Amino acid sequence: MSMTLTEKILAKASGRTRVDAGETVWVNVDILMTHDVCGPPTIGIFKREFGDDARVWDKDKVVIIPDHYIFTNDKYANRNVDILRAFAAEQDLPHYYDVGTERYKGVCHVAMPEEGFTRPGDVLFGTDSHTCTAGAFGQFATGIGNTDAGFILGTGKLWVKVPETMKFIFEGEIPPYIMAKDLILQIIGDIGVDGATYRAMEFAGDGVMRMDMEGRMTLTNMVIEGGGKNGVIEPDEVTFDYVRQRTDYDFTPLFNDPNPKYHSVRRYKSADLQPMVAKPHSPDNKATVTEVRGTRLTRAYIGSCTGGKITDFEAAAKIIKGHQVGVETYVVPATTLVREQLKTTYFDGETLWNIFEQAGAHMGEASCAACLGGPSDTFGRLQSEEICISTTNRNFPGRMGSKKAQVYLASPYTVAASAITGKITDPREYLPVEEDVSAGGAS
Amino acid sequence: MDKTIKGKAFVVGNDIDTDQIIPAEHLVYSLDDPEERRFYGRYSLSGVPEKESGLPNGGIPFTAPDKFKSEFKVIIGGKNFGCGSSREHAPFSLMEAGAEAVVATGYARIFYRNAVDGGFIIPYESHDDLIGNISTGDEVEIDGELNIIKNFTTGKSFPLKKLGDVIDIVEAGGIFKYAAKHGMI
Repeated sequence: MSMTLTEKILAKASGRTRVDAGETVWVNVDILMTHDVCGPPTIGIFKREFGDDARVWDKDKVVIIPDHYIFTNDKYANRNVDILRAFAAEQDLPHYYDVGTERYKGVCHVAMPEEGFTRPGDVLFGTDSHTCTAGAFGQFATGIGNTDAGFILGTGKLWVKVPETMKFIFEGEIPPYIMAKDLILQIIGDIGVDGATYRAMEFAGDGVMRMDMEGRMTLTNMVIEGGGKNGVIEPDEVTFDYVRQRTDYDFTPLFNDPNPKYHSVRRYKSADLQPMVAKPHSPDNKATVTEVRGTRLTRAYIGSCTGGKITDFEAAAKIIKGHQVGVETYVVPATTLVREQLKTTYFDGETLWNIFEQAGAHMGEASCAACLGGPSDTFGRLQSEEICISTTNRNFPGRMGSKKAQVYLASPYTVAASAITGKITDPREYLPVEEDVSAGGAS
Repeated sequence: MDKTIKGKAFVVGNDIDTDQIIPAEHLVYSLDDPEERRFYGRYSLSGVPEKESGLPNGGIPFTAPDKFKSEFKVIIGGKNFGCGSSREHAPFSLMEAGAEAVVATGYARIFYRNAVDGGFIIPYESHDDLIGNISTGDEVEIDGELNIIKNFTTGKSFPLKKLGDVIDIVEAGGIFKYAAKHGMI
């Protein structure tokens, strides 16, 4: 019987010829990733269970990327980075990206591909729910807790229940005013925040396969907001080119068998898509931008693993160039590489950095920053009753700081257009008109 | 499971995410240090909006201000309890506050896994939505053998789903104890 891509990866990782959805299998782990929030307790569990002198199962397979609470005076947060540093030194870990050095990266889910750890056909576990981002590369990737991560550190193995797969197909070219974020907000709005619980979400169709890797990553990044276990996209030449440019690792890509058994298949006509938002206080509280147009805002935020990649800023800059922002606007590159790219990437004769700075935006350092609130001195944190439109991934109560704040999730286009007017604004009002010509021509 | 859990219930709504269970700003404390870990009990469920904290009327903190332990032993939730981040600090904080079980109609996957593998609290699933059937402060008892929850305040009982695949890990007390028992580590 045919297997899905997710089933094939888990079969390979468990040393079996086949697995079926619903089975529990023990898999060998190719990469374990952790960061400054969950790394210290993971290390604590590892030492408690395996002994103070224990060594990790394979130091080449452990990746530690501090990214959450970096630019803060919180003494406990800074202590946590010290714990990571000491552990990396003690275990002689080659893949530790220390704060305050040239190796510092920023947001792990964007740094992982940059550093070549997102490898088709492999298994990645990370102590962060957005680890699912790496599924864009045809990897099985999912978030776990500290106990499971401590178990992997000592054994290199973990039990996993093989998920059924929900398939989402986008037929036809994506209109120029639509971004991957609009697709995933549409899907989550359709299935609900628990609509994919225990399941894999696969994205397919020419609308998806024409996207670059960063667009695909935006889709898989937010499967956790639908409750999904992992997101996955079949790898292709776009994937292979991206990965090969960043690692010599000899990966073995896997693909869906012909006609595997899916939990469900949903089809979307790309041409019908609209710019979307998720209203407060849930990622599935969907509305079209048209429906909430004019909603008053006090802040705009562009950043995070979801919306802080270079292509996200290219999109935002295209709209913001030549304008002043009408509300407090925070620009937070996901990684140090993205921050560098902001200064070397030009739009219309100007660097992206200058475009945002001249528009009056606050420019931040690479980290998770206010996406998840964080310590009270976190850059861009919502401290009170702000109404924010954001390129990030969650808008549950208190997610970006204060419980009193309201967060609208949207694409970089929509956030940029709204930052200019101070109200929720349709990006089509700011995008060059000639680009709209192809909008109806899909499928 | 022959375990019986008895105590006061604390009722919250649907889609209680991990930022509501333990807000991100508090994740800086050590989970090992006996002084620091107490703060997870103090701030457990502190991110739930006031009017939804302690249903049906709200306005009840799970852990009273300036305390480290909660007076509530069983948390009653709706669908998708524990959605959001993978932070294990979430089920840990409920345990640290003194809770022993959650009863919800459904769980987010990672929270469920963390609760079980860490051996922190038992995540029971109910067939019925209990939010309207149990009020915060009601005296309840979970019978782990018969798989029912009794509400002594109202006299009503409700069936719970069997723990299924994970029962061996729950009974062992977490993934490490389970693995040791089976000669895996």
